[in-house]
Amino acid sequence: MNPVSMDFAGYTMGASDLIPLLPLIVLTAASVWVMMAIGVKRNYAFALYSTVTGLLLALLLAHGLMAEPGPAAVPLLGMDGYAQFFTVLICAAAIGVCLLGHNYWSEFDDQREEFLLLLLLATLGAVVLAGANHFASLLLGLEILGMSLYGMLAYPVQSGQHKGHALEATIKYLILSAVSTAMILFGVALVFAETGSLAFSGLENLPAGPGIAFSTVALLLISAGIAFKLSLFPFHIWTPDVYEGAPAPASAFLATIGKLAVFVVLLRIVVETRALGMAPVVIAFSLLALLSIIAGNLLALLQDNLKRILAYSSIAHMGYLLIAIIASFYSDGPIGIEAVSFYLLAYVVMTLGAFGVVTLVSSHAGERDGIADYQGLFWRRPWLAASFTGMLLSLAGIPLTAGFIGKFYLILAGVESGLWLLLGALVAGSGIGLYYYLRIVYRMLLPQPGNVPVLERGNAGFAVVLALFALLIVFGVYPASLMSLIEAIAL
Amino acid sequence: MILTLLIALLFLGGLLAWFSERVNPAWPRWVALGVLGLELLLMLGLLGASPENGWLAEYNRAWLPRFGISLHFAADGLSLLLLLLTAFLGIIAVGSAWNEITGRAGFFYFNLLWTLAGVVGIFTALDLFLFFFFWEVMLIPMYFIIAIWGHENKFYAAKKFFIFTQVSGLLMLVAIAVLAWFHYLQFGFFSFDYLDLLNVRMNRGMEMWVMLGFFVGFATKLPSAPFHNWLPDAHSQAPSAGSIILAGVLLKTGAYGLIRFAVPLFPTAAAEFAPVAMTLAAISILYCAKVAFAQADLKRLIAYTSVSHMGFVTLGVYAWNELALQGAVMTMLAHGLSSAALFMLAGGLQHRIHTRNMFEMGGFWGRVPRMSAVAMFFSIAALGMPGLGNFIGEFLSLLGAFQANPPLTIISAFGLIFASVYSLWVMQKVFQGKYADDAFDGSGLRDLDNREMAFYAAMMLGLVWMGVYPQSFLDLSAPTLQALLDGQLGQSLTGVARP
Repeated sequence: MNPVSMDFAGYTMGASDLIPLLPLIVLTAASVWVMMAIGVKRNYAFALYSTVTGLLLALLLAHGLMAEPGPAAVPLLGMDGYAQFFTVLICAAAIGVCLLGHNYWSEFDDQREEFLLLLLLATLGAVVLAGANHFASLLLGLEILGMSLYGMLAYPVQSGQHKGHALEATIKYLILSAVSTAMILFGVALVFAETGSLAFSGLENLPAGPGIAFSTVALLLISAGIAFKLSLFPFHIWTPDVYEGAPAPASAFLATIGKLAVFVVLLRIVVETRALGMAPVVIAFSLLALLSIIAGNLLALLQDNLKRILAYSSIAHMGYLLIAIIASFYSDGPIGIEAVSFYLLAYVVMTLGAFGVVTLVSSHAGERDGIADYQGLFWRRPWLAASFTGMLLSLAGIPLTAGFIGKFYLILAGVESGLWLLLGALVAGSGIGLYYYLRIVYRMLLPQPGNVPVLERGNAGFAVVLALFALLIVFGVYPASLMSLIEAIAL
Repeated sequence: MILTLLIALLFLGGLLAWFSERVNPAWPRWVALGVLGLELLLMLGLLGASPENGWLAEYNRAWLPRFGISLHFAADGLSLLLLLLTAFLGIIAVGSAWNEITGRAGFFYFNLLWTLAGVVGIFTALDLFLFFFFWEVMLIPMYFIIAIWGHENKFYAAKKFFIFTQVSGLLMLVAIAVLAWFHYLQFGFFSFDYLDLLNVRMNRGMEMWVMLGFFVGFATKLPSAPFHNWLPDAHSQAPSAGSIILAGVLLKTGAYGLIRFAVPLFPTAAAEFAPVAMTLAAISILYCAKVAFAQADLKRLIAYTSVSHMGFVTLGVYAWNELALQGAVMTMLAHGLSSAALFMLAGGLQHRIHTRNMFEMGGFWGRVPRMSAVAMFFSIAALGMPGLGNFIGEFLSLLGAFQANPPLTIISAFGLIFASVYSLWVMQKVFQGKYADDAFDGSGLRDLDNREMAFYAAMMLGLVWMGVYPQSFLDLSAPTLQALLDGQLGQSLTGVARP
């Protein structure tokens, strides 16, 4: 009997079990539909409408299922309220990337439709991760997401106009992603050898007595693999190069949904199995968090390229988020989980917004991602610059923005568990972070240089950025309803 | 209700000022002036209100029920005095910016009004989360004011200001979270309400750490000696209106925080810490007075004297008796007016002759007699001449502090002598002596016009009033300070606040 079926021996599936899986089914169907549509006749507008409709439908279904998730114990996938909540978030972010990409690729001299197909598939992978409660589905989700991302990152390579380093970025991501998956696999194999189960819940049976070294190695291998995907220090080396080299919409997808999905799964593992129960694992995670916060912020200081700054700042933000993960281990209260949920949402909004601005200012033929390219943006495109400032201030955790409420959650979670050292790092890291965020803001405030080509493209992408800005403010000023939703869906 | 109106008016007025620029570039300043005038009237209206539960006005609505965070605003005599100062100096700042700010005026007045909205929020918030919210909200517009309309080294100064205040603020946020967490442990529900948190009891070590978190936050804003580093840069680079708001109002938020939060929330830790805080105050007073004397840049000099004068506030607060607290409050008010006037003068001079370097100036009295006389008045006020507000404040502070800690008070009293030295030195350097350079003749060195005189006259009137009849101010703050001293606020009011 193979390991997967063993975990669910005696389980028979009924039609009602399919209801919680509806978002996944819709996404799969949409992928097939778009693929066939491209095969029959290439029509970019049709492909775009189909993709957005599919994502929107999945989003609405997940939203409807959030309160009433239905029967939860489907093999491999636990599409509970928690998973449905993040499905909504993932689909919404994917729609945003779609529309931003619409502007970015508007003058592309190669086929544009497949990007949408890859995006749909990557979204499907992310949703699988959000619901994964079994190592088989974890790997399935990681690979669907990863494989599609390779294609998205390298998308403009065949174009004659492409002058960037998309291929380099893709190869780097491909190799390191494969290595990290291999590490996870090895760790999972060790877990299976010890417990005979591949479900996350099997981790609870890991021996803590004499076999602790064995279990520790297994958990550390899995953690290292996940740390690669989350680009935590010292597994972060690929991040800036990939962000910089890839086309902006693909970077945006990787930076938001790519990180979000892995974090969701990590939280589920930690909370459902108390996998951090072993001292070496907690110490390893604390070190990862501490080093990510410090290294991410310090290295961001040295950059002049916006995408690299965002890459390093995302390393730091993943470190901040780990504080809540570690906190959820130390105390039983739900604040750690709520903190992760809120911060992830805020992180997606602000990162997507920041990348959105880069996407709007850039095009496939040349990324405009040097800080100097943004000089005078405030006087050239006031609303765009105001949104960008909002995103940056939110990343810095300044009030009136969602980032502040997120940081407040993290601090509260850290205080609850008494993680003083990590909180100290959070405060210091935020201080350093301000320096490079304000540098960008200041550039936008400087007088305009004379020879800047005015980019007046695309209302769809601009609308996305404005909508994200509005969300940022709403969640920053009146997050009460979101807070109660997050409280309700917490694991 | 009136308190939310005060804040909303400033936020909306800011937006209106910004958008009115599209209609007519001259409108934003009128909008700002109108909004601030209305604010002042509304606040004066509060003077006649009869206290209810000890508050002249109160507003309380749930905001984030998950953590027991509410929109709880309340004003008592102390808040009201500082609110009046805020609105008054806001009008002065608009007056000083009237002709000085020409580029992007709409955005300037937007930032000015939003900064003041943050300040009004700080002076009225009774929920610690809300308080922190406004504490940070006022930073962003102030950052823009310095970074866009500042002088030659504006970005460095703006960034330094922002980072210093933000990092110290985050420490305070951690402290607030710890305090709320202890409330949760003791009472079983989350609350960030000041009146609830007054009842939290912590063990000795923890109380000290949390108190230090608050102290660092407030001492950076105040600023007190080891945290004052940002202030000279921010002041010298900011436009005059920015300096006026910074010195006159923003620094007072730190002092207010000490009086309202840092001491009452942690009575035992604060008492233990008092000698350290008073030593820091003495160092601020003497060291910064000495450093001020070494400055060539007129605005930097005034900035350092601000740190020195604010030392008397720290001294008074940590002496924690009625005399000393009254002295601290009076110093806050009087220093608000005198430093604002001095910064306005320095800014006016820079606007006229495009330099702040005192060594290039001299003998201006013959050319600009009105300005020189005004400068003389405010220098004398700042050095603590009896009959003007600053004297009352510093004298009461010292008198009260003497009861608590005689040696430190005696040392601090030398600050008054130093103040005379640097104030008179500035007068001699800039306005007396040989007329420095005929080149100034062509640079637009002209005397104060009637509009400017009106603003200075208003501030003079305020200082004389405070100096001659301080009782009208002392009466307003006395009930608040008495309640804080007795530790009554928590016990008498929590019963009604929550089930």
